Amino acid sequence: MISIKNLHKSFGKNHVLKGLDLGFDKPGTTAILGPNGSGKTTIIKAVLGMVIPDEGSIEMYGKSVIGQWQYREHIAYLPQIARFPENLTVGELINMVKDLRGQAAKAPQDEALLTQFDLQPFLDKRLGNLSGGTRQKVNIVLAFLYDCPLIILDEPTAGLDPLSLVNLKELIENQRAMGKTILITTHVMGLVEELADEVVYLLEGRIHFRGTPAALKEMEHETSVERAIASLLRKQKNQVSFSANGHSTLKVTLSHT
Amino acid sequence: MKTVFVLLCVSFAQFLFGKTIEVCPTCPVSSIKQAIQMAHACDTIFIKKGTYTEGNILIDKELTLIGEDYPVLDGQNNTEIITITSDFVNIIGLQIQNVGTSYTQDRAGIRLKKVHHFHIKDNRLFNSFFGVYLENSSDGIVEGNMVKGKATNETSSGNAIHMWYCNNVLIINNYVSGHRDGIYFEFVDHSTITGNLSEDNLRYGLHFMFSNDDTYRRNTFRNNGAGVAVMYSRHIGMFQNIFERNWGAAAYGLLLKEIHDSEINGNTFRENTVGIFAETSNRMNCHGNEFTQNGWAIKISGGCQQSRVEGNNFFNNTFDLATQMAAADDSYNGNFWSDYNGYDLDHDGRGDVPHRPMKLFSYVVGKTPEAMVLLRSLFVDILNFSEKVSPVFTPENVVDKRPSMKPFPLKGARQFANRLPFTASIGGAVDEAK
Amino acid sequence: MLKILKYSFFDLIRSRWTYIYCAFYLILTFSLLALSNDLAKVVISLMNIVLLLCPLIATMFGVMYYYNAREFTELLLAQPVRRTSIFLGQFLGVAGSLSMSWLIGAGLPFVLYGVFGSAEAGNFLTLLFIGVVLSFIFSGLAFLIALKNENRIKGFGLAILAWLFFAVIYDGLLLLALLLLNSYPLERFALAASMFNPIDLSRILILLKLDVSALMGFTGAVFRKFLGTGFGMAVSLVVLAAWVLLPTLGIRRLAMRKDF
Repeated sequence: MISIKNLHKSFGKNHVLKGLDLGFDKPGTTAILGPNGSGKTTIIKAVLGMVIPDEGSIEMYGKSVIGQWQYREHIAYLPQIARFPENLTVGELINMVKDLRGQAAKAPQDEALLTQFDLQPFLDKRLGNLSGGTRQKVNIVLAFLYDCPLIILDEPTAGLDPLSLVNLKELIENQRAMGKTILITTHVMGLVEELADEVVYLLEGRIHFRGTPAALKEMEHETSVERAIASLLRKQKNQVSFSANGHSTLKVTLSHT
Repeated sequence: MKTVFVLLCVSFAQFLFGKTIEVCPTCPVSSIKQAIQMAHACDTIFIKKGTYTEGNILIDKELTLIGEDYPVLDGQNNTEIITITSDFVNIIGLQIQNVGTSYTQDRAGIRLKKVHHFHIKDNRLFNSFFGVYLENSSDGIVEGNMVKGKATNETSSGNAIHMWYCNNVLIINNYVSGHRDGIYFEFVDHSTITGNLSEDNLRYGLHFMFSNDDTYRRNTFRNNGAGVAVMYSRHIGMFQNIFERNWGAAAYGLLLKEIHDSEINGNTFRENTVGIFAETSNRMNCHGNEFTQNGWAIKISGGCQQSRVEGNNFFNNTFDLATQMAAADDSYNGNFWSDYNGYDLDHDGRGDVPHRPMKLFSYVVGKTPEAMVLLRSLFVDILNFSEKVSPVFTPENVVDKRPSMKPFPLKGARQFANRLPFTASIGGAVDEAK
Repeated sequence: MLKILKYSFFDLIRSRWTYIYCAFYLILTFSLLALSNDLAKVVISLMNIVLLLCPLIATMFGVMYYYNAREFTELLLAQPVRRTSIFLGQFLGVAGSLSMSWLIGAGLPFVLYGVFGSAEAGNFLTLLFIGVVLSFIFSGLAFLIALKNENRIKGFGLAILAWLFFAVIYDGLLLLALLLLNSYPLERFALAASMFNPIDLSRILILLKLDVSALMGFTGAVFRKFLGTGFGMAVSLVVLAAWVLLPTLGIRRLAMRKDF
């Protein structure tokens, strides 16, 4: 479905992606992991066309997506920070996205989603007046509004209350069952363990590990993904500790669950 | 007044004692020349409608020529048409046209040569090289004529009303346009120009040279090449005239050159490049005038002394005043300046802060005219402001110490413009002639 | 693009800044009209103000909107929408809402005072037109600066500097150059130099209306041709159009290349 070949990207002197090859053909959930600055978000943004690669190709259904825009109707995206035009109401924002997606999109499912996330009472509220969690819920609704074969979730759980979290997980499971390809970046390893069929571990702009969570745990002889990742990181830290700035670039927040 | 009285007597006498000769293309007398030959002094010749191409017509008797429905006297572009060499001649209601340009002689539609007590009234002169030409003639009236030419350049055109060595003449309610100068005075004294409209002339709407003790009032000078020029003359009164839209590099509403003791009162200067330009002119007395939307309202160049500019209204001129220096005995006090922004705490109607009408930018533009492209820019405003606070470049004594807070209600030219009786009728006649 | 424009525009129309801006012009124009019933004088005062304020506000608004809408922009970028449409749509939305504030704020009082029956109608329309054009040019420049600079502080600083440059510094330098090069023929130079500054250009359009009497006093043939005929008006309009187009193209170009 999507294939990334020899992807290079630098921001100034910072060479983030160094010839990355990555492809997703099968349906299922893939967690993209890696320390901060390893290039997770850059990959996602490159796929979405928000970041323009220096070199390499990205193809979707066999067609290059660089400089294109129509292909995005096949992608649902949940961005990391949920900030919207403050003067629009929730309802207007949803209508706007519907409007932008136009007729090309398949039937939107806003009613069900809004009910599921208890957003009905907020429809006429201005986005500027909403709390962070509510905005994230709006964010989620927007992302799942359409039936897209590729779903990209960037830190989907930030700021969610437990009920919404459960709802979200359910949503992801459902989508997976429908045969979607789902990419998730997260620092919440519990989520990975629960949802991911596959883990891609990025380090310094390259794929360091790709396989099932079970394989990862086995490789590192650990009982949980969290520990396996921590172990991976520790090794890495030792390897690169000679580098003067190695510490800072590899500093990782392994967050609480 | 004396002139008018005498003229009236003469006219009256003609009707009582003179006989009348009728001229028309089908009458027994079909030629004007023939009629003049037959006539005796004090006779009246009625000229009926028709076209008369008789070349130069000499009037050497005391006659009155009256046209009915504007009979046309056509010079076919190669001759002067009426030449008057007798006193007591009246020419009324003729249409005189096509004198033709000459580079060797100053041909005219109507020429008066060394005569007095004449009355040239209600004639139309079209396409005449010189319109009405008065030489060495005095004590007469030129009234209500329309003199309209098609001049395109100064060297091949003459003046609409041209006067040379004349005395005590009234020029009233004429319409003059499309000539070199609308009204030209050279060595003309004690004469009055009233209620005329002079527009679209190539050079000046009104031109004075070496003429003293004359007055012109309630005239309109519009869109002439360079406005009105008054040169080398003394004691000229200029009252309640309108000077407007005289645009160009050397264009002025009013040019004063070596004019001493002039009185400029109650005039309106509107949309001229320069309202008044004064050069080596002493004792210019300028009050009760209105200057609206001129480039420069008043420009005073060197050698002017004792100028008094008082009680005038200055509205929205690009520059109100430009002068190189101000003599100690000049006065610019008590005017209304639309860009004055002082206050009047004691409510005496006079601003408490002196006003400096001469801006720094006016000085800059004087030095570098191209800087005009920066007019009204913020930077220039800042410059002007700092100069206003502490004058460095502009003459320090060009100052209005008691500027008026309100514009003066001037009853002069503006209202008059609305009542100008002949403008409308003449305007219609112009359209007709076309 | 029209959809983005629509949403940016409606988003801005509801912003209180738009109302404040509009109210400011309303109050200003009404009080100017109340102070002096002379429409001509008010038009002149407003012309001075429009040359100063429209660019300033458009610059600030443009930069502010761009930075505030960053997340919104990212949301849009993930949608099946052309990139350039997003930015051009937003830019046109900002310029459009600014123009509308200006048109209502300055226009309404005049219309109520009956400008269309007066001799000032032409000048008034020029005034409105220039306000709109300046809003477009300067919000475009602001967008361009903001697109170039991720850092808000730097972006704001540069935008203010750009405004200051066009509003004051440029004219100062030009005047200095004119005074120093006094002995050379400067006509073409002076005119050409004005073309490179949209504020100067708008000012000249205004001058052609208001100060035509003074401008007709020039001796130079180039000036006379430029200022004395429709030629100057035509050239100014064409160059102004170019000034609107240039930032727009710049935005397009940058939008194609930029990473988010």
